[in-house]
Amino acid sequence: MSKGATRKGRGADRRQFLADAAKTACGAGLAGLALGLLTRQAKSLPATALRPPGALPEDKFAGACVRCGLCVQDCPYDTLKLAGLADDVAIGTPFFTARRIPCEMCEDIPCVAACPTGALDKEMTDIDTARMGLAVLVDQETCLNFLGLRCDVCYRVCPLIDEAITLKESANLRTGKHAFFLPTVHSEYCTGCGKCEKSCVLEEAAIKVLPIHIAKGHQGAHYRLGWIEKEKHGGSFVPGLIDLPDRLPGGQP
Amino acid sequence: MSARYIPGREAIKSRGLVRAFKWLVIRRAVQLGVIAAFLAGPLAGVWIVKGNLASSLVLDTLPLSDPYIQLQSWVAGHRPETDAILGALILIGVYALLGGRAFCSWVCPINIVTDGAHWLRRKLGLTGGIRFSRNLRYWILAATLTVALAGGTIAWELANPVTIVFRGLIFGMGAAWAVLAAVFLLDLFISARAWCGHLCPVGAFYSLIGSLSITRVSAAGRARCDDCLDCYAVCPEPQVIRPALKGAEANRGPVILSPNCTNCGRCIDVCPEDIFKFSTRFGNRGAGYPAPERAVEEKNAKEAA
Repeated sequence: MSKGATRKGRGADRRQFLADAAKTACGAGLAGLALGLLTRQAKSLPATALRPPGALPEDKFAGACVRCGLCVQDCPYDTLKLAGLADDVAIGTPFFTARRIPCEMCEDIPCVAACPTGALDKEMTDIDTARMGLAVLVDQETCLNFLGLRCDVCYRVCPLIDEAITLKESANLRTGKHAFFLPTVHSEYCTGCGKCEKSCVLEEAAIKVLPIHIAKGHQGAHYRLGWIEKEKHGGSFVPGLIDLPDRLPGGQP
Repeated sequence: MSARYIPGREAIKSRGLVRAFKWLVIRRAVQLGVIAAFLAGPLAGVWIVKGNLASSLVLDTLPLSDPYIQLQSWVAGHRPETDAILGALILIGVYALLGGRAFCSWVCPINIVTDGAHWLRRKLGLTGGIRFSRNLRYWILAATLTVALAGGTIAWELANPVTIVFRGLIFGMGAAWAVLAAVFLLDLFISARAWCGHLCPVGAFYSLIGSLSITRVSAAGRARCDDCLDCYAVCPEPQVIRPALKGAEANRGPVILSPNCTNCGRCIDVCPEDIFKFSTRFGNRGAGYPAPERAVEEKNAKEAA
């Protein structure tokens, strides 16, 4: 401030400075608001978009993934893509669509190894512990096995065959002499790789990989299953329990 | 300045075509070279470097991570792996050496877009437009960090044209063309040098590194200055020139110390009197000039006496 400035002059300078600063701060505030809105929108992930194996939970992933694309470049199967402006996924972040190219479950997990920030957790060393999603046989009306046929393809391509997907036998009451072999997913083992969804022979897959929070229910901690508790106990909790005859359907003994 | 006046004409006459475009040509070569290095892998299978500007791996060994993005990630609550931390520290060191905003002039792909827009603007003789404050970008920088803190995400990356365009070059542009066009049109029609000079928080962040950086431009030959104003005309941050070029009376040294100087070298190319050159920030002390703050104090003290 020069010595010659009058009090009035200095006041005008100060007012000008405050006005400019206020304008600038408002501009930045608007920018911040716009960014904040974008962030909220980007936090949700469409159900068909699956993160790479080892990805942190979505709210942590958004703060960890720097959108470098190293995982995409290291995937040997072109599974992963970086989200473009047209995709409903946060722009630049890696994801895959099971029906397009599923995760091939590489033993050495090159995508996790490539990630420089830990958005794909390096603690995950066994690909079988990945939880990218959970397969659910969503359409029992169209699934060929549910119609009594023997498609079995999803069961056969599953990398954790007889663990993640098993075929549960059930009586075919329509014919009276055949069995259904119903593909059954077990969430304890399913990694959400999507090979089942990819291989489903129907026009629209009857088995789909869904986000885990949509696919799973949750029992209260107070539930106990009697037959499991009995097995754990090594026998009945109530000694000398009489087993009364069961009434079967159709009046059979 | 009329639309027909072209700064640099005098330099071509007095120093020759090569000297008059030397640093511009080298700079564009480096910018395109960086893009080519990243494309060599996906296009030709020659993997010199993987990833993109946000984080990359050179020759499968050297990690490099954009420090601004890492800062936002930290503020958002994430604690990164070693590679990311190491990569960020390496880049901070590199830019502290070469000039913080050297990223803007020598690496950033948006610089090519905005320089192009500015060239076209001058060619078409466009003037006027919105006048943003040069400080707005620092407020936007603060806003991006605030949103990262509040939202727990790297929010700025949802909109950042620098990474959107660079990522598009490597992984497929798609709708990234719209972002590129938006920045181009902003700088062409709405406001001169709007993006790089007033809005971009990436440049603002790198200028903070630049406040320590060693490589600086010096107006060493300022005694020969004939006030042709060509350097101001080509400079994307013309406010940085005057304190150094005209600072002799105020006992200021010739080194352009302002962190907003991007080390682009346009002033070096365009000056017909060959006044500017690349130097270090210690050039002032070397020539016997006091630190800038002390220069002003001493001048005031002299005036008071």
